[in-house]
Amino acid sequence: MAASDNPFYTALTMIMSMDQRLFDIVTLSLQVSLIAVLVASLLALPLGAALALWRFPGRNIVIVMLNALMGLPPVVAGLCVYLLLSRAGPLGHWGLLFTPSAMVVAQVILVLPIIAALTRQQVESLHQEYAEQLHSLGLSPLRMIPTLLWDARFGLLTVVLAGFGRASAEVGAVMIVGGNIDGVTRVMTTSIVLETSKGNLPLALGLGIILLSLVTLINALAHVVSEMAKRRLG
Amino acid sequence: MNAETTMCNDIAPLHFDQVRFEHRGHRLLMPTSVSFSGCRRTLIMGPNGAGKSLLMRLAHGLLRPSGGRIHWQGTPPVQAMVFQRPVLLRRSALDNLTYVLAVHRVPRALRKARALDALERFGLAALAKRPARVLSGGEQQRLALARAWLLNPSVLFLDEPTSALDPAAIKAVEDAVNAFHQQGTRIIMATHDLHQARRLADDVLFMYSGQVLEHSPAEHFFKAPQSPEADAFIRGELVW
Repeated sequence: MAASDNPFYTALTMIMSMDQRLFDIVTLSLQVSLIAVLVASLLALPLGAALALWRFPGRNIVIVMLNALMGLPPVVAGLCVYLLLSRAGPLGHWGLLFTPSAMVVAQVILVLPIIAALTRQQVESLHQEYAEQLHSLGLSPLRMIPTLLWDARFGLLTVVLAGFGRASAEVGAVMIVGGNIDGVTRVMTTSIVLETSKGNLPLALGLGIILLSLVTLINALAHVVSEMAKRRLG
Repeated sequence: MNAETTMCNDIAPLHFDQVRFEHRGHRLLMPTSVSFSGCRRTLIMGPNGAGKSLLMRLAHGLLRPSGGRIHWQGTPPVQAMVFQRPVLLRRSALDNLTYVLAVHRVPRALRKARALDALERFGLAALAKRPARVLSGGEQQRLALARAWLLNPSVLFLDEPTSALDPAAIKAVEDAVNAFHQQGTRIIMATHDLHQARRLADDVLFMYSGQVLEHSPAEHFFKAPQSPEADAFIRGELVW
């Protein structure tokens, strides 16, 4: 087997050569997924906590729906966003289709249910421990939300990372709404699909190795930060 | 003395009027009528499962009665509760205290000084920066008392606050209870420790299997209990 057929060799040469196109693809991938996770977290963390604390009719139905949406197929989410943003769609005049913004929107839809559903679980179990004390201190349910989110922060970091995992790994949604346009909306996963279909398997695998390494690096960083904070705060 | 009596009389009396409590078909509290007034130290005594914690949670408003009426005769006073196992937030001892001040809308500039003052009072000043969750059991309970102190309660509920502590820590908690008492706070405290009750009680409320059997001044209760169950409990004979 020639060295150029070895995916690890390919990955390494790509990294070593500091290829501008590779750099752009990696940057865009990270940008889209991180922004999507950030936006989804800002919405889903308070939403999940509110769902944990707030008793209302139909609450169980909402919880089941949210849990089910964790398994939403990316292509379906992509299709929905595509229909919304396409020229003839209701939001077509925004002109967002085939832009990185559309990819962010699609990924937010995929990640939000995961973060909200898992946050609901984490906050609910913490609330069982805290409820009497917080009630005794005179907190309203609304005021409990930031307290419980902050005190559940180590568990919630894992929740957010799960969301990031989903965002960075998915290809169906970004492919549909982004269109895999070279230099504009091409990201790691869509490149891998493209190279695979072209038969350029070492390059596809090489890109896969780089993607996996990046995701591992981000998770390792988050782990180290949380372990340090945990040791400091007990 | 006169001023203190007036202050104590200002705390609204709390009345239980035929209050009962059921959970999943089990009657955990029989219809009960009791009152708490002034700033006496009332010790709720009785074996495990007698309903001591339940009675206090009802009084503090953490639980709703299944029947009957619980009412404050006048403005409901500021209350605080110290639990058997203190629930502390996952932050430093100091931050646990500034947190309650923030919740009660104390201006930010005043919070730290007041929190440090409370830590000092409960002998925790050196531990201010330590995470609350890694403090020892006794230190955690003192921190919970310091937190209650900052609320400046007129009524303080304590649910077996010393049951998991060593003698030195028990002493610290009892001293704190007396400090609250001297500030004119009404104390309502559950315990199954007879010696503790003898040391602290002005009044004793004796419970047995969901019923209040006695509510009398401590000297009467320990000298001449009215019910055979209380008599047996004092002599350490009661089997449950």
